[in-house]
Amino acid sequence: MTGESVATDAVAELTDLAVWFPTPAGMVHAVDGVSLTVRRGETLGLVGESGSGKSTTGLALLRLVEPTAGTVQVAGQDVTRWSRRRLRRLRRRVAMVFQDPQASLDPRHTVGASIAEPLAVHRLAASGTARRDRVAELLDLVGLRRDLAERHPHELSGGQRQRVGIARALAGEPDLIVLDEPIASLDLSVQAQIMNLLRGLQRELGLTYLFIAHDLAAVEHMSDRVAVMYLGRIVESGTPAQIWREPAHPYTAALLSAVPVADPPVQRSRQRIILAGDVPSPIDPPTGCRFRTRCPQARPDCAQTDPVLVEISSGHQAACLFAGGAVRAMRAQPTNASSP
Amino acid sequence: MSGNGDSTSRRALVALGRDPLAVTGGVVLALLVVAGLAGSWLAPAGINEVDVDRMLQPPSWAHPFGTDELGRDVFSRVLVAARVSLQVGAVSVGIALLAGVTLGLFAGYYQGWLDNVLMRCMDVLFAFPVLLLAVAIVAVLGPGLSTAMVAIGVVYTPIFARVTRAGVLSVREQVFVRAAVATGASDLRIMRRHVLPNIAAPLIVQTSLSLAFAILSEAALSFLGLGVQPPEPAWGRMLYDGRGFITDAWWLGFFPGAAIFLTVLAFNLVGDALRDVLDPRQLTVSEARRNAG
Repeated sequence: MTGESVATDAVAELTDLAVWFPTPAGMVHAVDGVSLTVRRGETLGLVGESGSGKSTTGLALLRLVEPTAGTVQVAGQDVTRWSRRRLRRLRRRVAMVFQDPQASLDPRHTVGASIAEPLAVHRLAASGTARRDRVAELLDLVGLRRDLAERHPHELSGGQRQRVGIARALAGEPDLIVLDEPIASLDLSVQAQIMNLLRGLQRELGLTYLFIAHDLAAVEHMSDRVAVMYLGRIVESGTPAQIWREPAHPYTAALLSAVPVADPPVQRSRQRIILAGDVPSPIDPPTGCRFRTRCPQARPDCAQTDPVLVEISSGHQAACLFAGGAVRAMRAQPTNASSP
Repeated sequence: MSGNGDSTSRRALVALGRDPLAVTGGVVLALLVVAGLAGSWLAPAGINEVDVDRMLQPPSWAHPFGTDELGRDVFSRVLVAARVSLQVGAVSVGIALLAGVTLGLFAGYYQGWLDNVLMRCMDVLFAFPVLLLAVAIVAVLGPGLSTAMVAIGVVYTPIFARVTRAGVLSVREQVFVRAAVATGASDLRIMRRHVLPNIAAPLIVQTSLSLAFAILSEAALSFLGLGVQPPEPAWGRMLYDGRGFITDAWWLGFFPGAAIFLTVLAFNLVGDALRDVLDPRQLTVSEARRNAG
């Protein structure tokens, strides 16, 4: 995920991506220098608070937002400057599942019409019969009854609707599926079903996912690799095991310490790192390290130097001047952290 | 516009059936359509059957609406003139709908300079009093039924453009439109398949209300001698011709005037009822009332 050249197994690669939005209050730096690679067949989890830029990063992979700087490569092709017409081909290669399945399905279209939309757009079905057969096949894949094709979204439950959203994403046989908080608006019991469905489909069809979420447990469960975002930057990346066992960035450590443990004695004895203050405005991010305004271990250097991702162990990177050390120090004296 | 067993439209129809005013309007409109389609076949007398012996007779069993200054049967002429009114309504609102929806769709979807140019042009058209603009257009194109229809169509284009644009602005921000963009759908496909069906409700309401105004405008143009030319019967023209006899033969003006009144009222009743039924917030209110009562 550093400057490694386009690996042959890279489905998508972002290099120094920046996405800025002009607003009346100033330029919002939603994404500000993100580089990441999604490899074929893996799930890359992208985790962060709301406003961290994780969803914008996902949208940039389909060029649904305009990159201000940096490049977007999909299947080895640089799509950063593609025309609107060519972008339609990109959007067959990369599909998306949205957070709110109710809002992302046209209320006037039947389930079948929604699922068939990519088939119609990219002329993937030779006839009406072929299209209906493919829709039936896709409904089978996502575990829905075939007769639901005739229904409208409002007749379905939340979980069923999200299955329809997934079927639509699968229809064009994409190289990469961007899952933008696909379970965040679902009931807890349904969340597990949808996650299992997504993992099952991945095994069966060899899919590649960019899994965007703020739910740490879901990200750990789903992902082969994880990238943690804070204020438009990736602050740490690695395998779930590396990150959950040895978080190297103070932000990651704080995030993980906020997850409750379902074991009261353990939960009571845990050290919680409570961050002071709010996320700074992305219009005017802090100088140097962006996390320094809330970091319990911030030192004078942190305001001067903008930390880059450095390799801590194989495949594990963190963007902290004192990577590892800061976290150890935090754990040694957690009370420091809770002072406002 | 999306049709195919859509439960929203079915629910709307059921709700319409429960509204006595809407049913009344619907019945009048049905009669009007029958008169328009079969008027000359149903009429007891020919529209141009002149009979000087039976001039200016008051309503009677033989002539329910009386006879005019040339002895022609007013009932037959009112009946046959329904076709003109329907034709004007359909053609002129058709023109306004096609032009207005297209302009509003592109303006609202692409926004930016295109939106500004198109909508400022619509504002200019909209600023003119309806009849003044229609008279000006007819003056340029020459009087007659077809130019009157074009003029009325042009006059009612801005209102369709505005209603459409307002709907497009809200629908294009919906996630399902972004989802369609994400599948690679073209702008035209998104407009046709996703935006238009979702703004159909306000357009249907506007259409039924505009039909009333279009028919009224045609009557006014014909009254001014700029629409249908004699001896072809038209309600507005008959009103004008009856003007000179208003003290001696009230029936000459009354019945064409009543026909205009009833037609406009019927379209307005149906339009208002449609607005109540198709507006989702109104629907929940009426459902709440039904549940409470």
